[in-house]
Order: sequence, then structure tokens, then C-alpha cells
Amino acid sequence: MSVDTAPRPTTRAPGPKAARTGSGMVGSSQGSRWWLYVILTVALLAVIAPFVWMVLGSFKGEGELRQVPPTWLPDNPSLDNYTQLFSKLNFGQFFTNSIVVAVVVTAGNLVFCSMLGYALAMLDFRGKKAIFIAVMGTLMIPGVVTFVPLFVLVANAGLIDTLPGLFLPFLVSPFGVFLMRQFILGLPRDLLDAGRVDGAGELRIFWKIILPLCGPALATLGILTFLGSWNNFLWPLVVAQSEDKYTLPVALALYSTGQNSTNYGLLLAGATVVIIPILIVFLIFQKRFIEGIATTGLK
Amino acid sequence: MTAQTGTTGSSTGPVTPSPVTAPGRLDTGSSRGAGDGGSPGRVGSARRREGRAAWILAIPFCLLFLAFTAWPVIQSLFMSITDTKAKDLRHPFSVNIVGLDNFTKALSDPIFRKAAANTAYFVLVGVPLTLVLALAAAVALDKGITRFRAVFRLGFYMPVITSIVAVAVVWRFLLQDPGGLINTVLGWFGITGPNWLGDPNWSMPALIMMAAWRNFGTAMIIFLAGLQAVPAELHEAAAIDGANAWKRFRHVTMPLLRPTLLFVLVTTSIGYLQVFEEPFVMTKGGPLNSTITVSYNTYQQFGFGNYGLASAMSYLIFVVIAIVTALQFRLLRERT
Repeated sequence: MSVDTAPRPTTRAPGPKAARTGSGMVGSSQGSRWWLYVILTVALLAVIAPFVWMVLGSFKGEGELRQVPPTWLPDNPSLDNYTQLFSKLNFGQFFTNSIVVAVVVTAGNLVFCSMLGYALAMLDFRGKKAIFIAVMGTLMIPGVVTFVPLFVLVANAGLIDTLPGLFLPFLVSPFGVFLMRQFILGLPRDLLDAGRVDGAGELRIFWKIILPLCGPALATLGILTFLGSWNNFLWPLVVAQSEDKYTLPVALALYSTGQNSTNYGLLLAGATVVIIPILIVFLIFQKRFIEGIATTGLK
Repeated sequence: MTAQTGTTGSSTGPVTPSPVTAPGRLDTGSSRGAGDGGSPGRVGSARRREGRAAWILAIPFCLLFLAFTAWPVIQSLFMSITDTKAKDLRHPFSVNIVGLDNFTKALSDPIFRKAAANTAYFVLVGVPLTLVLALAAAVALDKGITRFRAVFRLGFYMPVITSIVAVAVVWRFLLQDPGGLINTVLGWFGITGPNWLGDPNWSMPALIMMAAWRNFGTAMIIFLAGLQAVPAELHEAAAIDGANAWKRFRHVTMPLLRPTLLFVLVTTSIGYLQVFEEPFVMTKGGPLNSTITVSYNTYQQFGFGNYGLASAMSYLIFVVIAIVTALQFRLLRERT
């Protein structure tokens, strides 16, 4: 739909634009571009329509969801799907599991990655180069490669179907180290020397002087890690084997392909419960989020 | 993520430590900087303290990294040349080395071949589609409009942050035939939509459509950052020289956007080559294996307990990713 908008934006106004030379004015005058707003608005509606339909659908009954053609607004909006989700299907438990795993994974990454990131950026020690090369080398390796042996390892450790089995493998990430190291490299080294002159211990310098300055990097890493953990699917799918260990995506996927797959209202309510909390977090932190993406390029 | 971070890392890597390490190593014991002063012994103990502190900071990460990343990487290479099965979990020494049997077995399996063809289809159609949508949106937001830019940016980015599983559940309803929202909308224009997920010819296009919808936001944000680096003066100069908008896009914007394009191309391809959740939730690989992908097939073999075979298949994915990444770097670098 918006495929053909790329070349067009400026075709309309070659004359006036050449004349007007203010650098901020490249995007010609407002109003002349009304058609572009129309196209973008249609595209925006198309992009968010699935979410709107999902949320509205989660308040509908089974009969209405099977109606042809489909309706937008629910005829008799009710919370039945949600009460069933949390009473009959235990979604409260899955929600808690998702939160616990995501919080622990995020905390682990923030602490451990910033520690090593600082050591790599500011301190000098034996083995530094080897660590750096090993960590960066694994950035390229896709998760599917480590998946099977990781499962064997966790199984042999007796951690299958436990919460630690869900979060332990994700407590550190090469990407996190890279992000923190790059950020700390940008901090002035004088901070370190000043701290030493004041007689602060090495660890105290990290904790009291460096870490408080890492706010932006920690925020980016924290948001991206939380998001990744919340949406993670393959690992919890194989590790969480009894129902009380399911995370939200696992529960939703299994219900949607299992015996409840025909209960449309329930599935839509489930999808809403998975998506809406993260959407709210996103809306609150969206500026930082988008900056983080633009600078790190991570999804 | 991977490709760029890798290069940036190695380019800055050697630069940073050298000012610290080089002088220190040349004259060990004497002062570290030029005018630091201080007795040799004190500096030596300070360096030891620094080294010890660094290791205290590094150890937690290194232990977790060794256990859960480095070891599995090596182990999976080993497993791929053995006949490890699920039942060998308790008897790790009962496995046999079978050389490259797993690789030949995978490559000669018609289902794996079908999966490879499907994955290629998904990547070859999905990646360009995603990038074109992203670039169109980025150019429109960057140069085309002046108001509500943040609203559009936010809206277009929204699908990216959502769980693929949840999104796939919703899309399964949208794609229903009859009665799905998509075919209803097509009906307004007199088009009879296909039975998307039930027709082997349309199931893959349906997954591609959903993947493009979900992922173009990331590429758009990165393109937007890249576009902001294109100086407006260049556009104005080209416009004065009589270049129309398309020509300016083609000859001014695109060349400057090449590094961004390379980055987005590589990261999107890496992601799409591993496509798994979409077929898992939406089609289970069907109908008639029309949406079975390599990652999904790997997962199936894992589920059957064929760990050795699954490891070999995952390494094949890795090799393809490495080759595709190298090729893309080659192609796009040459012309800069």
C-alpha cells in the first residue's frame, strides 16, 4: 500500500522547493501533501487494525466471533472470556511466571553485563582480549545452534520444568556486554583516576561513580531484555513441561493449537493479555525504546 | 544486530586498550603515564589491584557465558557428528561418532529439502517486501510530512514489540476464509480472497505478509536514523540542477543510505532465515508441508529425540546465515 509512496513525496513540488533554501524546509508546505497524509493514515489503520480487532473481539461471545461478515464493536460486551482465562485456564499463574522470568533475566543482564562491560572498557587485566574476542564471536551465532545442547545441559542439571531452567541460560548476553562497553568507553577516564585519588576501592568506583552515569545504556538494555524475555517462545516451550511453569506465550501457543483452539473468544483474550502489558510499557518508554533501536539496531 | 556490532567491536577493540597496556608493558614497574610519578612498587600493586577487581567483575559473566553459551556451541558441533538420541541423555558415553552422516541424512531428506525451499521463499520474498515497506514509510515520514510524525512512527513500530505467538493467534482469525477480516476487506473491492491458511499456494504468502507487517517497523526506525544523516543541502543542490524527486532519491539518498541498507538487509535476513514461530502457531507446517521451515523441521527432529540430527540441521542454518551475510557484505560494499 505504501510501496509507491517512496518516489512520490517530492514530485509535486520541485519548483517551490528549489527556491526555498532553508534546510528545515525540504518537506514543502503543509496542505500540499494532504494525499500523503491520507495514504499514511490508511497504512496506519491497516497496521493497528489487528490489535483493535483483537481487543474488541476479546469482549465478544463465541456466536458473534463466528459471524460472517465479522463485526467490529461487540454486540453485548462481556468479560466472560477474561474470567474464564483466569479462573479455568490459570492465566494468572502464567502471567506471574512470565513476569518473574523477565524480571530476573533483566536484572541479571543489567548487573553482569555492566560489570564486564566496565572491566573491558576501563580496566586493564590479563585475559581481557580473549574474553572480548570470545564474547563478540558468539554475537553472530543464532540461538538455534545452542538450543539442543543447552537442553541436554539443563536436563542433566535437573532443571527441566523449573523456573531457574527458564531464566538461567539468559542471565547474560554478549549483546549486553557490547552495549555497556561501548557506552562506558564514552565516559571520561578521569572519573576513574579521581576516584582512586580519593582512595575509593576499585569496586566502589564502579558501583558509586560509573554505574550511576550509565542510566541511558542501562535503560536501553533493560527494556530490550525485558521485551525479549517476555516474548521468548522456543526455550520456555521445551523447558516448561507442566502447566504451572508455562509462560504466557507458551500457554497461548499450546491452547491455540490444542483442544481449546476452537474457543475463539478465549484465544483473543489470551492474546490481549500477552500483548497489552508490553504495549503499555512501550508507550511509557517509547522515546527511549526507539532511540535504543536506532542506535543499537536490535529489534 | 550481529553483523554491525561485530564489526564495530573489532574496529574499536584494538584501539582502546592500547594506550593503557602498551606503555605499561614496555616498562613494567615504572610509572604508567608520562607524569604520574610514584614508586614502582606502589604502581605494581595498584595494577594488581586493578587486575583483581577486573576479574571479580568479569567472573560472574564468564561463568554463565561458559556454561550456557560457549559450551553449548562446542557441544552442538560435537553432537552433530554423533547419533545422540533423547535416550542417551543419561548415558552420554554410549553415543557413536557417525561423521557427516547427519548432514547427508538431512540434505537427502525430502522434507528437509522442502523446508529449505520454503525458507528460501520466505526470505527471498519477505526480506525485499519488508525493506521496501520500511524504506517507503521512512522516506515519507522523513521528507514527506511535517506533522504527526511521532504518531505514525509509533504506530508503525507497534507490531515489532508484540509477541509473535500472540500476533499469530490473532492473524489466524484475520486470515480465515470465509469471515476473516482480510477477505472481508478484499470483498469490498470485489476481490474474492483465497483460503489463505488452507491453500498450499497461499499459506506461505500469508506468513510473509504477516512477517512484513510485524517487522518493517524496526527497519523503518533504522532507515529514519540513516536518512537524517543525508544533508539537506545535497538535495537542494540536486534539485537546482534539475533532478526530479525520483532521481534525487536514486542518486543522492540511496548511495548515502547504503551502509544502513546493508545493516538492515543483513539483520532482517538473519532473522527471517530462522523463521519458526509463525508456522508453529499458524499452520504447524501445513497444509501439505507448504510452510514447513528449516527451524521448524529442526524443532520437529528435536521433538522426535534425534538430537544429533537436529544439531546438524541447526549448523546448516548457521552456515547458510554466515554465507548469506558474507555475500551481502560483498555485494553492497563493492560499489561504495
